[in-house]
Amino acid sequence: MSWVGARVPRTEDARLLRGRGRFADDVTAPGQLWARVVRSPVAHGRLRSVDAAAAARSPGVTAVLTAACLPAGLAIPVRLALQGIDLSSYLQPVLAAGVVRYVGEPVAVVVADDPYAAEDGAELVDVDIDELPATLDAKLASAADAPRLFAAGNVAADFTLGYGDTDAAFAAAAHVSEIEIQIGRHTGVPLEPRALLAVPRWAGGGPDRDGGLDIYGMTKVPVFNRDVLARMLAVPAGRIRAHAVDAGGGFGVRGEFYPEDFLIPWLAVTLRRPVKWAEDRAEHLVAVNHSRQQSLTLAAAFEADGRILALRADVLHDNGAYCRTHGITVPELTVAMLPGPYRVPAYAGRIRVVLTNKTPCGTYRAPGRFEGTTAREQLLDVAADQLGIDRVELRMRNLLRSSELPHRRALSTLGTDVVLDAGDYQGLLATAMAEADRLGLASQARLPPGPDRSRGVGVAMFLEKSGLGPQETADIELDETGAIRVLAGGTSLGQGIQTVLAQIAAEALRARVTQVASEILEAAEDDLVLDHGTVSVRGDPESRITFGAAAAAASPPGLRARGRFDVSHMTYPYGAHVAVVEVDHGTGQVRVLRYLVAYEVGRAVNPALVEDQLRGGVAQGIGGALLEELRYDEAGQPQATTFIEYRMPTAVEVPPVDVLVCEQAPAPGNPLGVRGAGEGGISAAGAAVACAVRDALGLAGGVGALPLTPARVRGLAESATGSSPANRAGSQVRPASYEESR
Amino acid sequence: MKPAPFRYHLAGTVPEAVSMLAELGEDAKILAGGQSLVPMMTLRLARPSDLVDITRISGLSYLRAGLDGLRIGALTTHRMVETTRDPAVLAGFGVLARAARWIGHYPIRARGTFGGSIAHADATSEWCLLAVLLDAQVVLAGPGATPRERTVPAAEFFCGLFTTAAEPAEMITEIWFPRPSRSAALAEFAPRQGDFAVVAAAASVDIDSRERGAACRSVRVVVGGVGSVPFVVDTGAVAGLPASASTWREVGELAASQIDPPEYADGDAAYRRRLTATLVARALDEASRQ
Ligand SMILES: Cc1cc2nc3c(=O)[nH]c(=O)nc-3n(C[C@H](O)[C@H](O)[C@H](O)COP(=O)(O)OP(=O)(O)OC[C@H]3O[C@@H](n4cnc5c(N)ncnc54)[C@H](O)[C@@H]3O)c2cc1C
Repeated sequence: MSWVGARVPRTEDARLLRGRGRFADDVTAPGQLWARVVRSPVAHGRLRSVDAAAAARSPGVTAVLTAACLPAGLAIPVRLALQGIDLSSYLQPVLAAGVVRYVGEPVAVVVADDPYAAEDGAELVDVDIDELPATLDAKLASAADAPRLFAAGNVAADFTLGYGDTDAAFAAAAHVSEIEIQIGRHTGVPLEPRALLAVPRWAGGGPDRDGGLDIYGMTKVPVFNRDVLARMLAVPAGRIRAHAVDAGGGFGVRGEFYPEDFLIPWLAVTLRRPVKWAEDRAEHLVAVNHSRQQSLTLAAAFEADGRILALRADVLHDNGAYCRTHGITVPELTVAMLPGPYRVPAYAGRIRVVLTNKTPCGTYRAPGRFEGTTAREQLLDVAADQLGIDRVELRMRNLLRSSELPHRRALSTLGTDVVLDAGDYQGLLATAMAEADRLGLASQARLPPGPDRSRGVGVAMFLEKSGLGPQETADIELDETGAIRVLAGGTSLGQGIQTVLAQIAAEALRARVTQVASEILEAAEDDLVLDHGTVSVRGDPESRITFGAAAAAASPPGLRARGRFDVSHMTYPYGAHVAVVEVDHGTGQVRVLRYLVAYEVGRAVNPALVEDQLRGGVAQGIGGALLEELRYDEAGQPQATTFIEYRMPTAVEVPPVDVLVCEQAPAPGNPLGVRGAGEGGISAAGAAVACAVRDALGLAGGVGALPLTPARVRGLAESATGSSPANRAGSQVRPASYEESR
Repeated sequence: MKPAPFRYHLAGTVPEAVSMLAELGEDAKILAGGQSLVPMMTLRLARPSDLVDITRISGLSYLRAGLDGLRIGALTTHRMVETTRDPAVLAGFGVLARAARWIGHYPIRARGTFGGSIAHADATSEWCLLAVLLDAQVVLAGPGATPRERTVPAAEFFCGLFTTAAEPAEMITEIWFPRPSRSAALAEFAPRQGDFAVVAAAASVDIDSRERGAACRSVRVVVGGVGSVPFVVDTGAVAGLPASASTWREVGELAASQIDPPEYADGDAAYRRRLTATLVARALDEASRQ
């Protein structure tokens, strides 16, 4: 049996399911203090003063930190710098000084004996702000005469990626289709909000700067965060130890370097006491990176037979109040990945990154691809209907053929050239449609719906990206006791990396242990059996040696190896989603009845984990497509600050999800052939659901906006001509029939 | 999300609870299931000085159906109403058991109380709507040398947004439904299972089935989510109209034309009006099938 590819149960589960996990808020230190961040209650204003006197007198309060206590100019640096764009004018200070730019921006920190006293004290910090008008709409903010949030202007970046002569292609086109779509503001919601514990270490006699610092809870990119912190605290990086702990999901938002990642360690060092901070959910929803909010205008030029000649995109990206660690990653990926798996001879994608008085943005699972795929796949459905071509067939005609791969696009993203590596996009879509048919998705869509309801099918094809470390070093060691240790830099965010690394290590070790044992036992490698830490000769059970003894016999004793992997190109997984929905025309509610994801992952190290990644992604994607939205009122007050308003889907809203994991096209760029599997469940969920709703309502144009809230859907249902469920023509997507129509 | 400081008191009896409330003053609050009060306290939207815990008072958790209708003790949980198998309750008041599933999630229904819902007076609350629909009486105990008891009709009990006719030192002990209603139903819409309704409609119908095609004698409709208190629809002259889908739709439109829902977000008021039309028609349809 091969370990790579096996459905091994998660090695993490025995510990986590017994309640033995150690999440950030579980870690405590003797004598710790609790921090509470005081946040701006207004969206925009001049900060006149922060008066901490009353707070400092509050029972249990030890200290109050304001910007006045800190060296000036401390700001959160960009982790991913791209396209040579300088964002230094837009960085977030660790504590607002002078101006506040969003509700939730840290202005002070209260430290107390317990979290209750800290929260009581935080209420007493008197923050005096001269309110300024809030800018909440990216389009208005991007206008030349808009009030400036920063001296440098409100548009942090404005650039175009692309290639070929789009103007000529559009001029010569037989048909042009256009859509506009707004993607709502969403965020990742890990089970545990952020939490940090900073413990100053004892150098001699007492804790001090020279002793250094232990930090718990920086789970995701601990090495980068440690280095940033060291620079900001002006201590050698070696003095800081960042301990990753268990995390119930990261989704891109958790584990980045935020203001608190400086403030809490700074307080611990200054107060010489361990300081703990555990974000609550109301805080999380205004403080952690938001994501997704974009307004996309797309146009495609077609030949009469449906072949794409060119694609244009204009993307307005609402980045909130500052540029944080991800810089322009999300908008850059949106535009760079927008042509997707299709043959697009000419392309121009313009992106404007606009600042507004809302929570700053960063990445959220499938950054840029959720947004871009939603827009592109809506456009293709609209175009197919206008051209009179079956929607799946239109995609078939435009997907790059395997003979056309590798396919180089003259643009770059994340600092790498876009070279679509290998695969069979048409084959994947055909497989997905056949599977949808076999599972009865299409026939379910054709079943008569309930009264005042209609059904629809949505099909969306997508291209993903993954695999860019860009480097990793790993150590493996089999010692004389037979224990095996694997050391790697990746952190566990709940995705099962521990299990997967063990599987890969087991596969590699088997070869090496067999080789050593074969020399010692003087038997052919093929005759050896490995079982429970022992190697024995088949048919001669007396002839055996433990792993530990084999390791001891090696010279020098112990088997160990180090490997380093560098990569300059990404992998490009790809797949298709099929959604069947029912729309209640009376209430505007959309129910997802069935869902299929077919995803080419190159190689599944553990298929069970891949399937669960995809299912989880679909659930999040349905949330983004139908329910979740971080809305603001006209004054810039966030309207979703608890789970009552930020509507994550529950088990009732998520249908059974069928998953087809394909391993037909190993990635050429790495020895395992893996393509990545974490984001394929969410990338096209907005697209498939939007396409299905459009189908159910019989819309001529696109759906216009995500999430498709009941009020929006009811509005769409009323505006659709001839959309009364009774007299609407049947679904145009015929999963069974694409073969005939080809 | 930690509450502001407060003092906690445990009451053993109703008289003890109300005299504690009278002594502690206006900022003291009763703690029942805690499913509305505690979330508001953790968000510091409610900052009671004192909590008087009534959950240990015995004898306030019951559903009693008899000749004078149905009496529900204040500490009866939503879950007890949902799972009752008592034929006397189900015969005349089945709508209560059927509607209970709309309230929150299982853990909320297992802790939240009938009295707490009525006292909290959320205008979309299923119990508040049904109390008005079915002409329930709210039984209140007040402090005094000889503890007094008074009864307020549900329609008068809800006075405004989360405000009731109860005095600060009064406690709800019972909700009394004097009159059974077999043909009643509640239809509502929430974006997710377990959310508070955006709009909820409770309806009862009285149908004369001796006539050919069955005709309406009367209908009653109460709508939640469109104002600060449950809204009683003026259903006009329905007597004699056929008990059919077209009548239900007409009453739905009538209801939609009478309400003036708040504009929480863009287009929201218009949406709530359409939702009202839909849900009133659906509630009437379901009620007519009971
Ligand atoms: C996520 C969520 C979803 C929910 N969804 C719904 C829903 O769909 N429909 C719905 O109706 N409710 C819903 N609820 C609220 C729930 O039903 C509460 O249980 C109910 O509103 C209050 O009852 P309680 O016993 O929990 O009261 P508490 O929370 O303890 O008290 C609520 C208020 O009533 C007062 N009070 C309580 N008992 C008495 C009494 N006997 N006399 C006088 N005053 C009293 C308290 O002082 C307090 O002001 C939801 C709650 C949550 C958290």
